[in-house]
Amino acid sequence: MIHLEIDGREVTARPGQTILEVAEEAGVRIPTLCYLSGLSPRGSCRICLVEVANWNGKLVPACATPVQEGMRVVATSPRLTELRRRVLELLFAERNHICAICVSNGHCELQDLACELGLEAVRVPYRFPGLTLDASHGKFVYDPNRCVLCGRCVRACSEVEGAMTWGFSGRGIHTTVEPDLGGPWGSSETCTECGKCVQACPVGALVERGKATAEQEKEPQLLAQITERRPRA
Amino acid sequence: MRRLEVLLCAGTACLSSGSRAVRQALIEALSAHGLTQEVRVVETGCMGPCELGPVLLVYPEGTFYVRVKPEDAEEIVVEHFLKGRPVRRLLWAGEAPPLKELDFFARQKKVVLANCGMIDPEEIDEYIAVGGYEGLIRALERSPEEVIEEVKRAGLRGRGGAGFPTGVKWELVRKAPGAEKFVVCNADEGDPGAFMDRAILEGDPHAVLEGMAIAAYAVGARQGYIYVRAEYPLAIQRLERAISQARSYGLLGGEVLETGFSFDIELRMGAGAFVCGEETALIASIEGRRGEPRPRPPYPAQAGLWGKPTLINNVETLANVRHILLQGADWFSSLGTGTSKGTKVFALAGQVRNTGLVEVPMGITLRELIMEVGGGVPEGRRFKAVQIGGPSGGCLPEELLDVPVDYESLRQHGAIMGSGGVIVLDDSACMVNVAKFFLEFTADESCGKCTPCRVGTQMMLGLLSRITSGQGTEQDLDRLEELAELVGSASLCGLGQTAPNPVLSTLRYFRDEYLAHIHERACPAGVCTALIHYRIDPEACRACDLCRRACPSGAIEGVPGKPPYLIHHRLCIRCGACQAACPFGAVHKLPGRKE
Ligand SMILES: Cc1cc2nc3c(=O)[nH]c(=O)nc-3n(C[C@H](O)[C@H](O)[C@H](O)COP(=O)(O)O)c2cc1C
Ligand code: SF4
Repeated sequence: MIHLEIDGREVTARPGQTILEVAEEAGVRIPTLCYLSGLSPRGSCRICLVEVANWNGKLVPACATPVQEGMRVVATSPRLTELRRRVLELLFAERNHICAICVSNGHCELQDLACELGLEAVRVPYRFPGLTLDASHGKFVYDPNRCVLCGRCVRACSEVEGAMTWGFSGRGIHTTVEPDLGGPWGSSETCTECGKCVQACPVGALVERGKATAEQEKEPQLLAQITERRPRA
Repeated sequence: MRRLEVLLCAGTACLSSGSRAVRQALIEALSAHGLTQEVRVVETGCMGPCELGPVLLVYPEGTFYVRVKPEDAEEIVVEHFLKGRPVRRLLWAGEAPPLKELDFFARQKKVVLANCGMIDPEEIDEYIAVGGYEGLIRALERSPEEVIEEVKRAGLRGRGGAGFPTGVKWELVRKAPGAEKFVVCNADEGDPGAFMDRAILEGDPHAVLEGMAIAAYAVGARQGYIYVRAEYPLAIQRLERAISQARSYGLLGGEVLETGFSFDIELRMGAGAFVCGEETALIASIEGRRGEPRPRPPYPAQAGLWGKPTLINNVETLANVRHILLQGADWFSSLGTGTSKGTKVFALAGQVRNTGLVEVPMGITLRELIMEVGGGVPEGRRFKAVQIGGPSGGCLPEELLDVPVDYESLRQHGAIMGSGGVIVLDDSACMVNVAKFFLEFTADESCGKCTPCRVGTQMMLGLLSRITSGQGTEQDLDRLEELAELVGSASLCGLGQTAPNPVLSTLRYFRDEYLAHIHERACPAGVCTALIHYRIDPEACRACDLCRRACPSGAIEGVPGKPPYLIHHRLCIRCGACQAACPFGAVHKLPGRKE
């Protein structure tokens, strides 16, 4: 058993658990975006950053950081909320997130986070990159302009479905998620049309064909349900 | 009988300025004069003063020749080797030996570079002749714990950037549970303009192998990897040769020196992205995955290559190790300051007389490093700032020249030791533009994994562009500071965490320059083209018409023979062609925008 503190409360944990898992069990809410139960943690969006008071206040992603004995974690503080809000602001400014015309309006994790964290206005300039929509697939549509690069589709596809269709390409601000190292998705030889990537996508970047504004609902918890039923290696 | 040795630099810089042809010419001249038995020509690693290449050093007396051409070979052989009169015109600054007394060398303290330029890096016997592999022998006579204790006591800290105590890291790997462990030498050296690690690999490859073997013994590893940039072909070639020589001498492989310890080393080529030098990205790259960092902890010491405990050390860190084993922790820790021990290799670049590679004791002041070792800024210019620590280092002003070069002092003032890049800037540099230049590099090299670095650096660049193009406001400065804070604290790896340093340090020490761009719409250094104007001095203008003809945008008006000529600021694109064309110096570049 590992003993640690989260937001001043003493909690115990099993070795190998992450800060996020332990916080959830203790009823402490930590917002997340690139994390999805059932997939390996990536720690890249930086929304779940928490502070470890006895590591000189080091900021670590709760989803990807294993708990350690004696750790004193600050998961809730005005500073952290402000930090998460500023990170979220960057995500909003990076691509085109115009909720009013999005099929995921009302069912979007990015939108939910904006409400939760109180992001009212984006003060940095929008980049509006103008990426090409991929509507070549028979069942799904990929709009990179709405992608937040969380990589949940990439992990769902490789870790759960085993198809490895999705991958990252490019670097820095030019990073994109691409099917088969560059589309179109419709001519992919690896895609099994299982739709796990669509369910995993937190926003309106991967959606089912033919959905109108605000119609796309998703069930990201499906991934964990599948992986939990699998025999452990 | 051997009378003299000619050490000819065969570092990458000297090779490209023609040291191979000089070698050939020397060998021919020596044989023409029957001196082949008496004078030996040895190709060595980098000697340091790269812009003076090809350079060569004559031993035992230490005559140092610079900018040697193949045509000079005959004169050197006849005048110097036969008649004993060094060729003055080829001496550095016309000065006679001995070498140690030249300013450039006198202030230096060569430990890791001691063999570079002195031995033939392709011959293991030369390395052994100067005490090579004795450090390993000493290590094997002790227990791994004692070796770790010695390195800890020496106070050696990582030279790859972060300055983590090396002995402590070794101990973490030693104590990490797991039967299989690895040692990795980080030879990715991605900082633009940096070549300290390359010089060590090319000039003294066995020192790195020996350091790795000692480390492997201490932590309990049997396999090592050197992750070296593919852009370093000479380093790769010399490492390969060194590894195979060390194997054939029983210094690598199974049963090293007939003890129970076995250790072998393989090379892995880096694909070139700057971020691949970050330790977790490096591991991903060796494992064949996308070279992307991952959150730490777990640290590589706990879960590194293929999930096994892995020691990752920088080239220069490892090259220091044998000296600690040979000369002892007390000797090592006598060099340097309270918390920064030993020496550091720097690559001096920019507006300084002696550019090239130098090794100085930790704790030397910036002033000594730049003004004495570096020889100061060239005639007619004024020192303005020094950018230390590579692209994510900080810019320190003249007032801070007496700051000692150690990890803590540099960090306290907003710079970092980094891997040892030092760029000297003179009064012709615009500090806003300098900050933008470095941030462009890091933004471009961002791997794109985490949000703050991927998007935040772009946003910062956008703000800097507004300022350099004359559209900035004071609010932009606040935003810039806010973003810098966010990127620095919330990014996943060191690249993002340190990327704001050039911006933060210039805002701290050169804020007035930012304000001049914003309030006066002027670039005081005359660099940002949107914030300067050209003016023709009516007194000096002779109406020769050359400027009007040189202007690509038709911005100059005048009639030949009838001064003065005039510049229409609205049409002017501020390319400076008129200034270059004017034979009378009548065109002046002035700060400030004119409509
Ligand atoms: C973006 C980035 C690039 C890096 N590049 C290098 C490099 O080229 N060489 C190096 O030795 N360390 C580099 N590092 C530091 C390594 O992550 C690591 O700290 C170092 O290799 C550890 O060795 P040391 O303790 O001997 O310094 C880099 C770090 C970052 C964040
Ligand atoms: S800080 Fe930059 S380089 Fe490092 S992981 Fe984040 S995006 Fe990649």
